[in-house]
Amino acid sequence: MLILECPHCGIRAEETELAPGGEAHLKRFGPGSSDQEFEDYMFARKNPKGVHFERWRHAYGCGKWFIAARCTATLEVFGTYPAQTAAPPQHIIDAVKTRRPGWEGYK
Amino acid sequence: MRRYSVFAIAREAMRHHTGWERAWASPEPRASYDVVIVGAGGHGLATAYYLGKNFGITNVAVIEKGWLGGGNTGRNTTIIRSNYLQDPSAAIYDKALSLYENLSQDLNYNVMFSPRGLLMLAQTHHEVRGYLRTVHANNLQGVKTEWIGPEKVKELVPIINIHGPRYPILGALYQERGGTARHDAVAWGYARACSAMGMHIIQQCEVTGVRSEGGQVTGVDTTKGHIGCKKLGIVVAGHSGQVAAMAGFRLPVESMALQALVSEPIKPCMDVVVMANTVHGYMSQSDKGEMVIGGGTDGFNNYTQRGSFHHIEETLRALIETFPMISRLKMLRQWGGIVDMTGDRSPLISKTPLGNCFINCGWGTGGFKAIPGSGWAMAELVAKGEPGPLAAEFSIDRFKEGRFIDESVAAGVAH
Ligand SMILES: Cc1cc2nc3c(=O)[nH]c(=O)nc-3n(C[C@H](O)[C@H](O)[C@H](O)COP(=O)(O)OP(=O)(O)OC[C@H]3O[C@@H](n4cnc5c(N)ncnc54)[C@H](O)[C@@H]3O)c2cc1C
Ligand SMILES: [Zn+2]
Repeated sequence: MLILECPHCGIRAEETELAPGGEAHLKRFGPGSSDQEFEDYMFARKNPKGVHFERWRHAYGCGKWFIAARCTATLEVFGTYPAQTAAPPQHIIDAVKTRRPGWEGYK
Repeated sequence: MRRYSVFAIAREAMRHHTGWERAWASPEPRASYDVVIVGAGGHGLATAYYLGKNFGITNVAVIEKGWLGGGNTGRNTTIIRSNYLQDPSAAIYDKALSLYENLSQDLNYNVMFSPRGLLMLAQTHHEVRGYLRTVHANNLQGVKTEWIGPEKVKELVPIINIHGPRYPILGALYQERGGTARHDAVAWGYARACSAMGMHIIQQCEVTGVRSEGGQVTGVDTTKGHIGCKKLGIVVAGHSGQVAAMAGFRLPVESMALQALVSEPIKPCMDVVVMANTVHGYMSQSDKGEMVIGGGTDGFNNYTQRGSFHHIEETLRALIETFPMISRLKMLRQWGGIVDMTGDRSPLISKTPLGNCFINCGWGTGGFKAIPGSGWAMAELVAKGEPGPLAAEFSIDRFKEGRFIDESVAAGVAH
């Protein structure tokens, strides 16, 4: 069972309280962008086997969106932070790097 | 390859079964092949088989990191049907179903295909309309399905409760030709037939890199060394994103866990397959008597072949309402597979940015039923370098062009 701490209300929420929302930090493309950019934004996904950043909503709690750094190969959780963050914050990057020294960093 | 037959059984019975040969060889890899297929699941093995059978290409290796059929092919609930809404889907799934009908004879291997009939329950008015539409679409596609009322459902499935408090049974989409087959046997049967044609099935050998030069693949790096190839087929389901990354491109695919479970064996009580998509559950009875049960995928990216327990609870909660008698059953085993979900929930059988590299993936929660048709279409793509009519609509380009094959509206759940 996945347990994520909601960075907004501080509750350690288990999975049934949460709604998954897919890959985080997608760069949005809209009118005026190329077909390729739009396709990538809509459909191409990193889908890594390893460190992954993804959106979650504390659906049956405070209702707010946040982002979790998680390992898809082991289900280990590295940390969570509010969704109003453009890129993974330093303390999360550090937390991942201590657990995964070989990690190439956020790309 | 010595053929299996009633005479073979008699002969072996007379000599204490000492004459059975191994079903397939375990060769060391050669330096290079005409075609290398990555992934010895049903789709990879079927691709190799039809490359040999339909195109005479037998200098082929199928490379598998674990054991053949050990991925989703050996983990699924074996439902076979072709009652899809969209024309390209109906075409390829129905091709697969008609190949399944003769597969045991074709492969000389009993895949235990059991066309016992399949019901998709309608439990909301929305579903009634949806399935009526599918019946009409299927009739236009030449796929025989029919709409049946609740009484007929009860007649076909005596253990069902048609007056459920939340979701009464309002009718069902019925495909008489649908059913199940033995999942391992499908992989084993194809593997044996491939091996008999001289193809190499190389197990315990993981592909770790894809080498290319000037936009063409030259070979793959594996845990058993470099293996050269003139053409490469990537058929690795949940690991498609990973192997595609080795080849330098991205896919509209996400990998998630899908679980299934079986009960203790009980006497025969249900001789059709029943799917209940509103409540996300489906059930059939295996030849051993176990009730085989599945539901929907977990919602997040996952490579662990382990799903979340509450999804199983949800599935069972829903099924108990529809089949009250299963509430006392003990569940024996539960497991997960990593399914490859595309943006429109339809598969990819496609060219890639590398000229001689082809991909077959995205079958997600429902690709067991497609194995023969998918292998047939993929073999044509690999052999000719261009897709035939079955594969053409399933190219990656559809995501750029907005030409989706949106089956999620028709069956967005596990199937
Ligand atoms: C629980 C569950 C229930 C399902 N129920 C049904 C159902 O009722 N009906 C239905 O039609 N479908 C069902 N499916 C879906 C179906 O199982 C799949 O769509 C189908 O089996 C996919 O076959 P495949 O050959 O593409 O993949 P797989 O069988 O997964 O084969 C891919 C192979 O590639 C290998 N591989 C991966 N990476 C590498 C590498 N780097 N190097 C070498 N080898 C590699 C893997 O080890 C694996 O053996 C279900 C799936 C699951 C998980
Ligand atoms: Zn919260």
